Amino acid sequence: MAKVLVFIDNPGASLKKSSLELLTLARSLGESAVAVNGDLSDDVAATFAEYGVGTVLHPSVQDLGDFLVAPKAAYLAAAAEAAGAGIVLLDNSPEGKEIAARLGIRLNAGVITDVVAVDPDGTAHKSVLAGSYNTSCKATTAVSVLTLKANNVVPGPAPAPTTPESATVEVPAVANAARITAREQKVASGRPDLTDARIVVAGGRGMDGDFGPVEELADALGAAVGASRAATDAGWISHDAQVGQTGKTVSPQLYISAGISGAIQQKAGMQTSKVIVAVNKDAESPVFEIADFGIIGDVFDVLPQAAAEIKKRKG
Amino acid sequence: MEETLKIVVLVKHVPDAQFDRHLGGEGNTADRDESILSELDEYALEAALQLAEARGGSKAGNQVIALSMGPAGAVNAVKKSLQMGATEGVHLTDDALAGSDAAATSLALAAAVRHLGGVDLVLTGMASTDGETSLVPAQLAERLGLPQVTFASSLEVDGGRLTARRDADTSSETVEAPLPAVVSVTDQINEPRYPNFKGIIAAKRKSITTLSLAEIGVDPAQVGFAGSWTTVTSAEERPPRTAGTIITDEGDAGIKLVDFLAAQKLL
Ligand SMILES: Cc1cc2nc3c(=O)[nH]c(=O)nc-3n(C[C@H](O)[C@H](O)[C@H](O)COP(=O)(O)OP(=O)(O)OC[C@H]3O[C@@H](n4cnc5c(N)ncnc54)[C@H](O)[C@@H]3O)c2cc1C
Ligand SMILES: Nc1ncnc2c1ncn2[C@@H]1O[C@H](COP(=O)(O)O)[C@@H](O)[C@H]1O
Repeated sequence: MAKVLVFIDNPGASLKKSSLELLTLARSLGESAVAVNGDLSDDVAATFAEYGVGTVLHPSVQDLGDFLVAPKAAYLAAAAEAAGAGIVLLDNSPEGKEIAARLGIRLNAGVITDVVAVDPDGTAHKSVLAGSYNTSCKATTAVSVLTLKANNVVPGPAPAPTTPESATVEVPAVANAARITAREQKVASGRPDLTDARIVVAGGRGMDGDFGPVEELADALGAAVGASRAATDAGWISHDAQVGQTGKTVSPQLYISAGISGAIQQKAGMQTSKVIVAVNKDAESPVFEIADFGIIGDVFDVLPQAAAEIKKRKG
Repeated sequence: MEETLKIVVLVKHVPDAQFDRHLGGEGNTADRDESILSELDEYALEAALQLAEARGGSKAGNQVIALSMGPAGAVNAVKKSLQMGATEGVHLTDDALAGSDAAATSLALAAAVRHLGGVDLVLTGMASTDGETSLVPAQLAERLGLPQVTFASSLEVDGGRLTARRDADTSSETVEAPLPAVVSVTDQINEPRYPNFKGIIAAKRKSITTLSLAEIGVDPAQVGFAGSWTTVTSAEERPPRTAGTIITDEGDAGIKLVDFLAAQKLL
């Protein structure tokens, strides 16, 4: 059976949903091992057992987090060798892809990013050209490195828990890695994470400097807040909220687009959403071409009315 | 005296996203008939030009070399870069390169950078607008044994070191690395200039060097379809999204929106 190594960087107090998705996929493909970096809490260790992990690997050094990816890739390459892994799975964050990139070179392994599903034979599925094509790809090398997009696997524990073994992996020295010299923590919004939220409410230039109605509707729906680049460039909302080619790619169950025209770069980040609702006062806006439900109207009328109605119905 | 810099900017020519883009042929590669300089690489070029200009430009000996790997048409990405202000252009082209994945692309580009020699900084876009993998910059850095900083939203160079800023979801980081290094930049870093009339005229006099695999010492078997580590086994066009119900607000569209969500079981 294939051996699959999952990388989980800083698991924290409890595992994120995307990490559980990685563990679930790994188990469906073969015998799974996890390489962690950072502290391992009892809670996380228990989850590894529940999710059927066979081995948990730790790096021999503690300072991997002070550098940009190169030493993490070196650690993971050593871990993949130690585990005899045929597949290495990482998350699809910018950092996950970067580690995957360097790891691929170290292991002479093909790298496939933005994966949504993997067949038992290692064939990966992904969509390309801004969601306009579905493709199947395969690494032709002994090892394949895959980065998995969030929200595409239903996480679930193993039929029977395991008692994972633990081992330390010697991290080879890496000369000249870029060093992180300062880190400023951002304030958490308290809303769901944009990339794996079930519902996203996004606002554009049509919000005219006031994201209040977008946030109010998002909170009524328990949704994350997104934005077009016009809105983030104007400074009405943080750049992290940008959806699109140079922002985040999202595929929620529901995407509500408010005061956004629907430029190609915006569509690139949201057109694989299950259901798209658009509110725009210009009937000619391209966003209406891809909306399942479109409202030609003013965001400052429609959004507050919808938020109030939802609150009323939810009681 | 500021140090002078030899900067290589990687510019890719990609299908224009404003038109329908298609996959097909051998290995399901993108059709490049309507190709342009990848928009996101203009930010890398602008960053290079600003670094060079701050040090007295080409007169003071700073070099900004636009390097593109690709078929005949890729020379257009180099030409556009020269019009914007790059001092020279390099077009790496060879029939054997067709179908290269990120690993093969980074191998060829790494050999080209070594061939140019004495490079202080390699600047790239954050992602190509067609492949969108963002793998090439990190793979290039790994192959060249250089530090890499990806997704830089600001970049300064001083005394043989670079300082950059990276914005992640939960934090912003300041990053430092010694030169030479590979840096990919985001669209937040600057506002790329348009080529002006003077630039377009000046570009005609600038030289474009064409390199083949033999000239950079790469075995054709290591690149292209043969040398790639991944293959695309099938590609299927997704049915385009079609418009659904469109209504005009008559004072109750917010309520109708909620009715729609309830009917879709999305509440
Ligand atoms: C390299 C590059 C990368 C880019 N990356 C991205 C990206 O990642 N994401 C992204 O979104 N964009 C991106 N863009 C920008 C993109 O091209 C568009 O400029 C941008 O998406 C436009 O944002 P918008 O729709 O909010 O603004 P506009 O296009 O100005 O549209 C505003 C809309 O609001 C409507 N409106 C105005 N007032 C109201 C009202 N009161 N009620 C209802 N409707 C109203 C108008 O009818 C209009 O349709 C990128 C561009 C470049 C060049
Ligand atoms: N064929 C190529 N020629 C020149 N530069 C390239 C090529 N492919 C990728 N790049 C560079 O690498 C960056 C990231 O590309 P990618 O990894 O394909 O998303 C691009 O923005 C370019 O700067």
